This record gives sequence, structure tokens and C-alpha cells, in this order.
Amino acid sequence: MTTLALSNSLIAASPTMTNMSSKITLIAPEILLFLGAVLVAVLGLSRNAALRRSVPMVTAIFLAGSIVVTCWVYRTDAVATSGLMLPMLGGYAKTLIAAIGILLVMLAGPSVDRRLEEAFDTGRASFDPIRVMRGEYFSFFLLSIAGTMLLANANDLIWMFLALELASLPTYVMVAVSRGTRRAQEAAVKYFFLGALSAATFLYGFAMLYGATGTLELPVMAERLATQSATTGISALAILGGVLAILGIGFKLAAVPMHFYAADVYEGASSPTTAFLGFVPKIAGVLALMILLSTFGYSGHSTVAGGSHIALPGLPAPLTAVLWMVAVLTMVLGNVAALLQSNVKRMLAYSSIAQSGYLIVGLIAGPQSGYDAVLFYLLGYGVTNTAMFAVLASLERHGEDVETLDDLAGLRTRHPVLAWMLAASAISLIGMPPFIGFFGKLALFSSAIEAGQTTLVIIAAVCSAISAFYYLQLVAVPMFGQPNARTETVQAVPSRWPRFAAVVCGVGVLVLPLGLAKLVAFASSSTEPSAKVAAAPSDTTASDAANLAAR
Amino acid sequence: MLSTLTALLLILPLLAAGGIALGPARTSKWIATIASLAVFAVALAFSWGFPGWTDGSIAPSDLGLSVMPSLGINLTLGADSVGVMLILLTAFLMPLAVIGSFTAVVDRQKEYYAWFMLLEAAMIGVFLARDAIVFYTAYEFTLVPMFFLIAIYGGAERRPASIKFFLYTFLGSVLTLAGVIYIAAQHALAHDGAWTFDLAALATFASSELSNTQQYWVFVLLMIGFAVKVPFFPVHTWLPLAHDQAPTAGSVILAGTLLKLGTYGVYRIALPTAPVGGVELDQFIAVLCIIGIVHAALICWVQTDAKKLVAYSSVSHLGFCMLGLFALNSVGATGSVLYMINHGLSTGALFLCIGMIYERYHTKDMAQLGGLFKVMPVWSFFMVFFTLASLGLPGLNGFIGEFLCLLGCFSAEPNSVAGYPGLLGPWYALVAGSGLVLAAMYLLIMLGKLVWGPLKEPHHDAHATTQSGSSLPADLSPREIGILVPLALVCLAIGVYPKPMMEAIAPSVEKTLAAYPKLVDRYVQDGSLVAPRVDMGQGVARAQPVGSE
Repeated sequence: MTTLALSNSLIAASPTMTNMSSKITLIAPEILLFLGAVLVAVLGLSRNAALRRSVPMVTAIFLAGSIVVTCWVYRTDAVATSGLMLPMLGGYAKTLIAAIGILLVMLAGPSVDRRLEEAFDTGRASFDPIRVMRGEYFSFFLLSIAGTMLLANANDLIWMFLALELASLPTYVMVAVSRGTRRAQEAAVKYFFLGALSAATFLYGFAMLYGATGTLELPVMAERLATQSATTGISALAILGGVLAILGIGFKLAAVPMHFYAADVYEGASSPTTAFLGFVPKIAGVLALMILLSTFGYSGHSTVAGGSHIALPGLPAPLTAVLWMVAVLTMVLGNVAALLQSNVKRMLAYSSIAQSGYLIVGLIAGPQSGYDAVLFYLLGYGVTNTAMFAVLASLERHGEDVETLDDLAGLRTRHPVLAWMLAASAISLIGMPPFIGFFGKLALFSSAIEAGQTTLVIIAAVCSAISAFYYLQLVAVPMFGQPNARTETVQAVPSRWPRFAAVVCGVGVLVLPLGLAKLVAFASSSTEPSAKVAAAPSDTTASDAANLAAR
Repeated sequence: MLSTLTALLLILPLLAAGGIALGPARTSKWIATIASLAVFAVALAFSWGFPGWTDGSIAPSDLGLSVMPSLGINLTLGADSVGVMLILLTAFLMPLAVIGSFTAVVDRQKEYYAWFMLLEAAMIGVFLARDAIVFYTAYEFTLVPMFFLIAIYGGAERRPASIKFFLYTFLGSVLTLAGVIYIAAQHALAHDGAWTFDLAALATFASSELSNTQQYWVFVLLMIGFAVKVPFFPVHTWLPLAHDQAPTAGSVILAGTLLKLGTYGVYRIALPTAPVGGVELDQFIAVLCIIGIVHAALICWVQTDAKKLVAYSSVSHLGFCMLGLFALNSVGATGSVLYMINHGLSTGALFLCIGMIYERYHTKDMAQLGGLFKVMPVWSFFMVFFTLASLGLPGLNGFIGEFLCLLGCFSAEPNSVAGYPGLLGPWYALVAGSGLVLAAMYLLIMLGKLVWGPLKEPHHDAHATTQSGSSLPADLSPREIGILVPLALVCLAIGVYPKPMMEAIAPSVEKTLAAYPKLVDRYVQDGSLVAPRVDMGQGVARAQPVGSE
């Protein structure tokens, strides 16, 4: 039923319904963040130390403001009638991004430029606008978040491309400036070149899609693809374009085969930046894939055999096959490689790859239940990911990030709260009820089995059992390990904000399930097709009905 | 009233856990004792007012709270007669385990008792669950407290033991979850997108509307998780390690109740939900049971560590319990449920006895200990008593369950003269029965080494001092006797007069096995239920040409 309503909305939405003013209303949160980015960049260069110090706070205020604006925008009719592919998507996605963004600011705020500011304070160095990075860092931080938010409104391929780039480009700089070491710069260069490769890949894919359908506007493209599918079948060019786009966007998710950068970049960047990389680009990739895959549509596809059309459920078969392989490889490779790591950041990098695999399982299941599950999963993932990196960001050893499992041995004896928060978030990532991670996985697996992907779910279930092994290290080593000479030198960072974020997120994994019904309803409200357009009749109804009957 | 008591069963231990975590360390053991006794009192009151003793119904039936409406998950609570018995067992063992830890645990007491209370809540939650997700949540959550209990308070190899315990059970149960979701998704597809995880609804749907092939695979998925927990022959290897390393009270709860989650899961979910799978795999599972019984018994025979011996004997004994269930007739299943309770009592008590020795001598090695009757006559009395209960001496509790399991298996022939049809038969019972002989042998050898013979004590300076420095008497203290006496009384009472329990179990068993007699008949006629020849689902079309050949 839901697929039927959605595909109707895709067909009926016409580009004439959009106009400039409604578009501006839709991107009001992003405009606010853009203004914030400009302001923060200027504040960060101020000679006044108090003004410079206010930069993270101002960033957080703008993010909070964007949540308010998002709530206001998505109450109006402008959104439902805007003719977007998934009109309400932004309501949930933008709120989630901004909310997690605020927590990420708490991590990054005290760490960027910390040494330099200390040097200024003690008079060892005099103020030098070339050397301060805080303004740039948070300015890029806000721009990347704005780019990710813009993706939720993407209604044509150019917009989608620009939004993806706006989400990515600032992160390259953030990695480079996150800590003044060569490793960070090396990581940034790797990230940049591979990012450029991925951008080229999906841009090539977009070009093919344009060639196959003759339009850049996604609703029109959806209509033409549906027509192709109902008559001659979707052209090979469009399928190839779709495959390239999926693989290219897979870079943002760190999905196989575009995952190579993840471990090195995560290791090279500072912990707060890694936390950012683990969440913001990932959600950008997921949003882009959601919109792109809905353009292909999850119903009405058929294959021609013996002169008659045989209806197929889900995405066009080649795309399902590609996503299926990507999902399985990503889950298996991510989880198995994570088993071998002794560096916590590399382990979390592979864990983040594995998590992308689960997300792709939900994308294969498709709207609405699969998309709802993916969006809900992202909430749980965002909170636990932030909690883990917040714990790492709260600790330092000789002024360097804490990285190896050995550094964390016996953490409980000296920093019991941090150890408990790490344990709670690791257990949540395993998928242990009643933590938030379990309900995310439950929703994902349910939607995928409902869509007929039982094998995929069994693979995912086995993978999540494998993941228990390395996540348990993050429980066992800090809780039961013996403190050693290395851990004696591990200290808490002076600022209390990372610890605060760790506690908020660590408690969140246990407390959020209390509001489960509301959160799930919020997530699923964002993938609903707008009622007005769904009512319109369309030609695909018959093939949809046939398709449903076949299922 | 019943609803309030049900809610209290869950809320009391959770509140106690919170109170222990927030309160000072010296009060934690007293809070745990009072709370666990209170839970036992509530469980008694609950079973007193429980209306389902005679008809196998589930009560209370009106307690529910919507958790996740989009997937139809509700926090619904209620138990049938078997569930109530297992709740009573849990609530009965818990205060004994807590009081039994007073001198054994001196470091990090707050966490210890808080985890115990969480564990109690989770275990009771399993037996109270009427919703598959609530069941799974409680079932899985038992892992976390047990993981911490083993990893913090265990023996020298506690870290690998705890991780192995966690991983084995977790891997098994995610597959069980996949099976449960599969049924629920099929239910949603068949009912216009209406999701439910209600156990009764899923069982009705799956057993009547899923095709035979689907039921077969669902049964396989469900069984994997439960088999690990039981633990079942090829996947039992986590158990001896976990038992060996766990603190005494942890072993008591592990053997007493946690293992029963597996058998209870089979009884409550796997068997009634996918009966076709149950019939189809019956003989295969029975063979594994028997291998497990004999294999573990032989290991016990050569065991030198008393605690490991009792741990392996659990594997062997639970093989009987599963064999009784998979006799697929009312005698065997009744025996199996009795076995769950009795094994919990007698093996729990044995672990307590061995823990008491360990506290005094800091060893469980039977080569270093011997002739303890001369210094510990009271302990020796209890040790002999519970060993006899465990090996199934008539008149004590172990006998009746074991006897019924074997009787069920023996008479489970297709055309049984006793009127209890099944797919097993005398041969299965005969081979499994050798496990009884072996059990008598290894348990009596253990007694012979520990209790009788010349006195052997490892080193007398460690004797009579505990970790806390407070001295223990040479023989049992009044506290320790106070723990063992109630267990002994219950063992004796069940052994002498098991009839009320059997009568209470019977209606529940009838319901669980309702679908089986017919399926067993069909299986006997056709030789298989899922092979194309007799597939009643979409296989019918394919089946005809084969049949006409």
C-alpha cells in the first residue's frame, strides 16, 4: 500500500508547483547556518580572546536555531506541496543532524586550537591571525552540516551534487587542521583525493542518468523512468548511471568498495573530527541514496519474458543486486576487519563501515518501513557514535589523543563514569536490548524481512554477532583490564564539555528507548508522501496492483 | 491484584538494583537480601492467586503497555503454570544465592548485588513475557549482568570465559530473533501490514498458515539460539568454562535458572510455533541429546575439578530434559518441565556446597581434597543428600523428572501401546538410560573422593579464613546451613509428592503439544513433512507428478 501511494506521489508531483519563495522557505535552516558560518569565521579571527572563545557557543546557538527554524518550516503547507521526492524528509533529518551537531560541538570546542590558546594565555606566543584555526574549523563545521541538510531538499541532480560537495569539501579541511600533526595532513590528502574520485564517479553516473532520461529534475526523471519501465524496461544507460551513482555516494557512507580511506582518515584526524566524519557524511550519503533510489522507485518494475511483463518487487533488479552485494561486503568486511584492530579509532572506523552495511539493508527494503528504519537507526547510531568519541575526546596522554585499547585498560579505576558510558554505548552498538541500538536493528531487520530479504537479514544478524566480539573489548578492557604504565599517564582533558557530551549520549542510549513510540513516529512522518499529491490518479496503478499481487 | 503482583515481580528487583547502585556499599547486601526475599514473597502471593493452575491459561491477561506501535510491540506480561513454577524457582534461588555470597564477595559489593538484582528482573521477565520482543529483551539482557558477574568476580580465566559465554549465546539468539521477525513479517504480510509480536498470535499464525518448508526453517532458526543456551551438544562448550570461572552464586543462578531459559524457550516458543520443524527434526535432535548425555557423562567421569564435574553433569542432565521435550508426548514433556525445576534445585545446591568448600580451602581440585566427612560432617550430609537428588534416587526430586523423560522417550513409538505416540522409542531410551548409570558412577566417585577416604586438606593456614579475613568455622556456619536446609526440604517434598506439580504442568503441556499427534501420524505415513511429496504449501503442484510416478 505504502509503495503504491509513494509512487503515485512521484508521478504526480510536477516541477511547476515549486517556486522561488517556497524554495527559500524550505532552506531557511541552511541559510541560518550559512550566516552562522560567516559570523563564526569572523569571530574566530578576533584579537579578543573572549570572542574567540565564544566561537563554539555561537556555533551551537546557530545549530539550535536551525532546529527551531526546521520545526517552524515543516509545520507549514509549503513543504507538503513543494513537489520534492520525499517532501517531509527534512523535518526529521535536519533536526537530527543539528541535534547531533550540537553534541559534536561540545567535543570539538575545547580541542581545536587548545595548545595555541594556552600559549597565547601564558604569553609564550603573541596572537597571530594566520595561526588560529578555530574560526575556520567551526565555519566549515557549519557549512558541512548545511550541505548535509540541503540534501534532504534535493530535487534535482545538480542540487544533489552541489549539496554532496558542500557536505564533503569542508570536512577535508577539518581533518587537516584538526591537529597539527603530519598524520592529520596525510589523512586529509588521502581523504581529499579519494573524495574527488568518488565525486567524479557519481557525477559521471548523474550524467548518464541525464543522458538516459533527458532531465535533471528528479520528479520528472522518476516519471520517465516509470514510463520506460512500463514499456521497454529501464534503459541500460540509466541503470549504469544508477550503479555509478550508488558506488560514488557509497564513499560518503564508507561502503565497500569506497571504504579504503576510512581507517586511515579516522586514525589521522582528532577524535572530535572523527566523530563528525562518522556521522555527518554518512547521513549525507544516506539521504542522497534515499532520494536517488526513490527516483528509480520501488515498485512497478518488470522484466520482459516471452513478450509479457513479469512484475518484480523492489528496485530494478540490477540496482538491488548491486546494493545487495555492497551491503553484504560492507557488513562482512567492516566487522571482520574491526576484529583485527588494536587501535580504537581504527576499530571504530571499521565498525562505522559495518554500520553502513546495515543502513544499506534498510535502503534495499525501501519506503516506507525501510526508510523509516534507516532514519531511526541513524538516530541511535549518531548518539552512540558521539558517545564513544566523546569518551576518547575526554582523555589524553601526553597531550595526544588516546588511541589504543591499551590506553583504555582499567579506565574504570580512574574515570569510572567515562568507562561506564563507553560500556553502555558499546553494548548498544552490539544491539543488546533494551538499548537504543537494538530497536534500530529490530526496525531494520523487520523491514528487510517484510521486503523479502530474509537471507540478507540472516547475514546481517550473524555479522552483528561477530561485531559483539570487538565491541565487547570496549567493555571488557576499560572495565576489567589491569591499569599499566601507559594508562598511568592517561588523564582527563581540562574541559568538562566532552565529558558532558559523553554522559548525555551514554545515558541517552538507555533513556531514548523510553520515547520509542514518539521517535519512531517522528522518523516515519518524514518519509510519508504528501497527502495532496498522493490522491492523484496515475497510470502506474495497474502495474502496482499486479506487483502487489505477485508479492 | 494479580496485575499489581506481576508488575511488582519486575519492578522490585529493578528498584533494588537502583537502590544498591545509589546507596552506600555496606548496605548493598542487605538491600539485596530484603529485596530478593520480598520478590519471593510476591512470587508466592502471585502463585497463590494464579488462576491458571488447572486449565493451562495465561494470567494475568490484561496487563499491557504499547512500546512501539509501528511494529505492534507491546509490553504485555503474564505466565502460564510452567512459567509460574519457573518464576517461583528463580525467586526461591535468588535469596539463597545472595545470602550465599556474604562472605565470598567482599570487593565491589555494590556492583555485585546490583547486577544480581538486574539478573533476577531479566529472568523473571523472560518467564512473564507474552510478547516475543519482551521475551527477547529479557532473554538477551540476562547476558549483561552475567557477563559482568563472571568477568569481575570470577576465577583466574574469567575474561575469556565471560567473553565466550557472551558471544556464544549472543550469536545463537540473534538468529532466534531473525526467526521471530520472519514469523512476524509473514504475519504482517498476511494481515495487511498489521504487525504483532504477541507470542500466542504468532504461534497460532505460524503453526497454521506458514508452509511446511517455512516452518522447518523457522524452527531451525529458533532452535539455534535456544540450543546454545540449554546448552545442547555441539554448542555446549561455553558452559563448563563459564561455570568453572563464575563466582559460586553466579554458578547457582546459571545452572538453576539461566539454562532453563533455553529449555523454556523451546517449550514455550519453538515447539508450539513451528510444529512441523519439531516433528521433522525430532530424531536428529534426539540423537544429539543422547550424544550430549553420554559425551558429557564420560567427561565427568575423568574430571578432577569438582565444580567442572558438576558443570558437565548439567550438560548431561539437560540432555535428558531436552530428550523428554522431544519425545513430543505429554509424559515426556511433563517430565521435562519437572526436570527443569529439579535440576535447578539440586544442581544449584551442589554448586553452593562446592562453593562452601572453595571458600574454606581455595581449591576445587578433588586430588587435593578428601575425607572431609571427618572435619565437616554437616557439610557432608548435605553434599551426599544433593548428590543423591541429582543422580535421581527415588524419593528425592531428581527421580521423577528423569523417569518421566525416559518413559516418554521409551513409549514414543509411532504406534505406542502406552498411547503416547512419538518418533523415538525404546532404543533411544536405552542408550540415553546409560547416562543414568554413568551419572551414578561419576557422582558417587566424586562423593567417594571428597567425603570419604583418608582426610586430605591442601594447606591448613588458608583453612578457616576467607578473603574478608573473618573466619569461617570448620564445618558449616548457621548461615550456610540456613541456605541449604530450605533447598533440601523442597527437594524432599517434590520427591515424595510430585503429584500436584504434575497436575499443574499437564494442561500447559497439552496446549504446547496440541498440534503434534496429527503431525506425527502424517510424518509416519509419509516419511517426511517438508519433502516435495507431502508439502501442503506451494509444493502441492510440484508434488502431484512425483506422486503419480
